Amino acid sequence: MSHPVIQIENVSKSYRIGHQSKKKHNTLRDLIAEQSRQWARKIRHPFEASLFGSSDTVEDFWALKDVSLEIQQGDRVAIIGRNGAGKSTLLKILSRITEPTRGRITIEGRVASLLEVGTGFHSELTGRENIFLNGAILGMTRQEIKRRFDEIVAFAEVDQFLDTPVKRYSSGMYVRLAFAVAAHLNPEILIVDEVLAVGDARFREKCLGKMRDVGREGKTIILVSHQMEMVTTLCEKSMLLDRGKMIRFGDTQSIIDEYLKSYVSQSVTVAERTDRKGKGGIKFTDVWLENASGEKTTNFMCGDSIVVKMRYEVKGKVPDDARFSLSIFTVTNSSVALLGNNLSGDVLRGRLSDEGVVECFIKKTPLNIGSYYYNLSIHSGQELEDWVQGAGVFEIVGGDYYGSGAMPDRDRLILIDHNWKAEEPVQRER
Amino acid sequence: MAVQKLVIEAGRAERHYWKDLWRYRELFYFLAWRDILVRYKQTAIGIAWAVLRPFLTMIVFTVVFGKLAKLPADGDVPYAIMVYAAMLPWQFFANAFTDASNSLITNANLISKIYFPRLIVPTSSVIASFVDFLISSVIFVGIMFWYQFVPTWRIITIPLFVSIAFAASMGAGLWLTALNVKYRDVRYIVPFVAQFGLYISPVGFSSSIVPEQFRLLYSMNPMVGVIEGFRWAILGNTSAIYWPGFIVSLVMIAFVLWSGVVFFRKTEKSFADII
Repeated sequence: MSHPVIQIENVSKSYRIGHQSKKKHNTLRDLIAEQSRQWARKIRHPFEASLFGSSDTVEDFWALKDVSLEIQQGDRVAIIGRNGAGKSTLLKILSRITEPTRGRITIEGRVASLLEVGTGFHSELTGRENIFLNGAILGMTRQEIKRRFDEIVAFAEVDQFLDTPVKRYSSGMYVRLAFAVAAHLNPEILIVDEVLAVGDARFREKCLGKMRDVGREGKTIILVSHQMEMVTTLCEKSMLLDRGKMIRFGDTQSIIDEYLKSYVSQSVTVAERTDRKGKGGIKFTDVWLENASGEKTTNFMCGDSIVVKMRYEVKGKVPDDARFSLSIFTVTNSSVALLGNNLSGDVLRGRLSDEGVVECFIKKTPLNIGSYYYNLSIHSGQELEDWVQGAGVFEIVGGDYYGSGAMPDRDRLILIDHNWKAEEPVQRER
Repeated sequence: MAVQKLVIEAGRAERHYWKDLWRYRELFYFLAWRDILVRYKQTAIGIAWAVLRPFLTMIVFTVVFGKLAKLPADGDVPYAIMVYAAMLPWQFFANAFTDASNSLITNANLISKIYFPRLIVPTSSVIASFVDFLISSVIFVGIMFWYQFVPTWRIITIPLFVSIAFAASMGAGLWLTALNVKYRDVRYIVPFVAQFGLYISPVGFSSSIVPEQFRLLYSMNPMVGVIEGFRWAILGNTSAIYWPGFIVSLVMIAFVLWSGVVFFRKTEKSFADII
């Protein structure tokens, strides 16, 4: 029964960056000069459409380039990508806030978009007034709002504060109320941008639950989020955007893995990274992983040993208390573990020179199947010397950690060595 | 129920625009209601400001033009009533286009995050100013009682002139609003126009003092027609309307409104990008 409710065909969007920044502080004289030039142009080229037509100094920035996609009814699709990949631009086009420069989108059904929580809330108005105002802005009629009013209030848990101006609300209450209004819009297609990044954990769970419900009712959801955890739990399909282009569309897990890989592989080598932090007295210049037989690789089995080798370089005097550490994260940005020579108690003092390699040996990797990335850092004394985010990735591709042939689901990150036994049965007297 | 099918394409004339406008009709009301509610929050005398401003200006004009400069009133009408009859539509017009011109900027967060027909925003500002206009009209009734002034049957034509004033405000408002999004110069022009217009429109004086040969030219100012209309309807037989001028004003208003809507619609789609 599924059929495409959203068809995106070769959609591109360009912004005139030079143009806009130049025009922002325009003077009336420029305006008149520009307008008369344009009228002159118009007379010469009467079919050129734009009134704010191009001038010669324009620089086009393509926020989206030839994106095509078909979304079926009932799909829950996440859009993934780095900052500036064009995710929000795509959502804005889908929600008709801005129009594409080229291409065509066909949408069937009522769309509700939630690009920001509490848009249109006015801080001077009370909760009750804001429910009506916000509902109207989102496209509900007064009747609809009245009908759902109690539901909204119950969902937001603000019933005692309904007649208090929202400027006196806590930020949590504010977000709850705003989400509640939007969640009760009852659209056929729901577009959500990173809005659940706020609020406490319990309410976030509630919102997620509400969105899952919406999804179960056969409604279509499009979500942008940096929280991979949320993406994986909510969306079965994902689209990877990078610098305005669609890289791939497929099932969420594989897209997230690819996102992570592109995240690391597209960045330059550790030595060339410029987005590092720290004083730089001692710096990483390279990092790689080796398996037990000394081969460079990024694929491991559960329970394998991993050797992390880090090449460093010292500027000036060799610090005698340098502390190296390595923190491991999942692709969903959950912090998994911190490894450091001060934790393991291994002393490096006196063993470092102007440049060299330190290694960190992980004997039996207790991680489940999945992709991981790591950050590297060096401290000396109280100071951060160097910090490289996403210095590398590795993948646990399979394995039989316990030697039993059984493994937990891959969302259970950590494998803990353990044993079970039953105590000797105690004879009970009847 | 047939599913609504929507096509988004570059430069596509929005076929659903007017339908959308209808669907969002309650938003006119809600935004205007919000503006009114918010405008006088945390003020000591609240909505009285809507009354005080035209009232005080009227007193000043009556004293300066009527008493000091001794300009003639229309017939035997009290000068104060003649001034207030003009002050009402002028104040409405000035407030409306001032508020409208800023409306998109002050609602920038809405524009960049939610879709709805943008026309609603400046229109709601005009509606909010219209409510102020209604409130200051009540004072006018008080003034008429004070002077024991009884209007003629012509008073029933007042809704017609009110609608003309509304159209003039919308036209000017739409132009300035759309321009203001891109050219913030408008913000500086608007108060100037509002102040300047008060003196070049026949608010503090009767338009009959304008020399005959310039009256047609003078009527190019759309508010001349509106103000004359108001005086004609309120002051009764003593105030003669200059019909050719009135027609010119009407045509001007119609043109400004029409071109305002066209210009607004044309630039509307880029608002979110440049605001």
